[in-house]
Amino acid sequence: MSLYRDEGIVLRTHKLGEADRIVTVLTRRTGKVRGVAKGVRRTMSRFGARLEPFTHVDLQLHNGRTLDVITQAETIHPYGEALVHDYPRYTAGSAMLETADRLIMGEKEPALRQFLLLVGGLRTLGSGGHEPRLVLDAYFLRSLAVAGYAPALEACARCKAPAVRAFAIVAGGVVCGACRPAGSAVPAGETIALMSALLKGDWATADASEGRHRAECSGLVAAYLQWHLEHGIRSLRHVEREPASSTTLD
Amino acid sequence: MYEGVLQNLIDELGMLPGVGPKSAQRIAFHLLAAEPADVKRLAHALLEVKDKVRFCRVCGNVAAEEECRICRDTRRDTHVICVVEESKDVVAIEKTREFRGRYHVLGGAISPIDGVGPDDLRIRELMTRLADGRVTELIIATDPNLEGEATATYLARLVKPMGLKVTRLASGLPVGGDLEYADEVTLGRAFEGRRLLDV
Ligand SMILES: [Zn+2]
Ligand SMILES: [Zn+2]
Repeated sequence: MSLYRDEGIVLRTHKLGEADRIVTVLTRRTGKVRGVAKGVRRTMSRFGARLEPFTHVDLQLHNGRTLDVITQAETIHPYGEALVHDYPRYTAGSAMLETADRLIMGEKEPALRQFLLLVGGLRTLGSGGHEPRLVLDAYFLRSLAVAGYAPALEACARCKAPAVRAFAIVAGGVVCGACRPAGSAVPAGETIALMSALLKGDWATADASEGRHRAECSGLVAAYLQWHLEHGIRSLRHVEREPASSTTLD
Repeated sequence: MYEGVLQNLIDELGMLPGVGPKSAQRIAFHLLAAEPADVKRLAHALLEVKDKVRFCRVCGNVAAEEECRICRDTRRDTHVICVVEESKDVVAIEKTREFRGRYHVLGGAISPIDGVGPDDLRIRELMTRLADGRVTELIIATDPNLEGEATATYLARLVKPMGLKVTRLASGLPVGGDLEYADEVTLGRAFEGRRLLDV
């Protein structure tokens, strides 16, 4: 059996047998890895909280026949600690982890940019500077972009004409009046501007946006994401929106 | 693969938690070699548990009657409710003899990624129990792991307007584990040293 070492973010865990867990980790170099953590559910486990979702860990694994076995885990940063005591942030973070798990389908296929994006997303979410749902939507848009599905937001997705009117998921973003498929949404111009700001990381624009445009943006982004994943994101139903009054503009 | 009925049994056993295909096969062959009376007793116990055990209408704990033994016990303190994820956590806490109040069994923990939200747990029932103002302290004893912690956060925020004391089992329980695996001494200490939850 060969040993390897990598660092990664714990995406999710599944109970296995009496006291073990299967831990899914998005690693920096190896990509998505599933490993068995033996005895982790015992309260005296040597792994402690190091293999809980959201934790950035340094891992040592044994190559196994079906699943790898985690032999060592050291915490690099426990992102979950900042999230778990704030329900809207916890639910937004859960949707991030679930999306990363869905978007990266193959195991052991390096996905460095997705890894870096997830670390950045969790850090921003935990720092508390921006509304959690905005951070989540920014993460969705950027991870889709990394996967090659960036929505067109500046010019018509079909003919590249500059005058855009509607947002059509099937067309891949905004469309002009001529290209617009039946049944496409017609969001406010500010909503498209917000999506664009989130994709680019223009937080000044994003933080200054109004609640109704944020809600419209979230709806479009969620639909666009789930259409590309061909799968629903279960956590999304539970993501809470912070009341607008409690968001800060810094 | 084995002949019909034997494979059937192996498949059924394999669906039990913690039982893999190999263990399922081992159990099946063990049953095959066992005395018919022993196997009958096991089969009877399986049927009886589905037939006779139900969930307490007050706290959600397993019960042999409408209400569980603890809810029926008039000597228990009605001012304190301890919230746990599963019935087996009630057993673990009862063993410590540190707690004389009543319980509320949620039936799990909030885990958005598994599609489990507040509405999927017995949280509404808990709010109903708290509504008359008799309960003055709510002890949240969900598992010391991420989902348990998030559930505690959610509950603390939810009951905050009711103005009761909300506490969480103290550290000393290494985080990451399941409550049912904590030894009695550690769990007892966690009860004594519970801390106020502030949201
Ligand atoms: Zn066009
Ligand atoms: Zn009861």
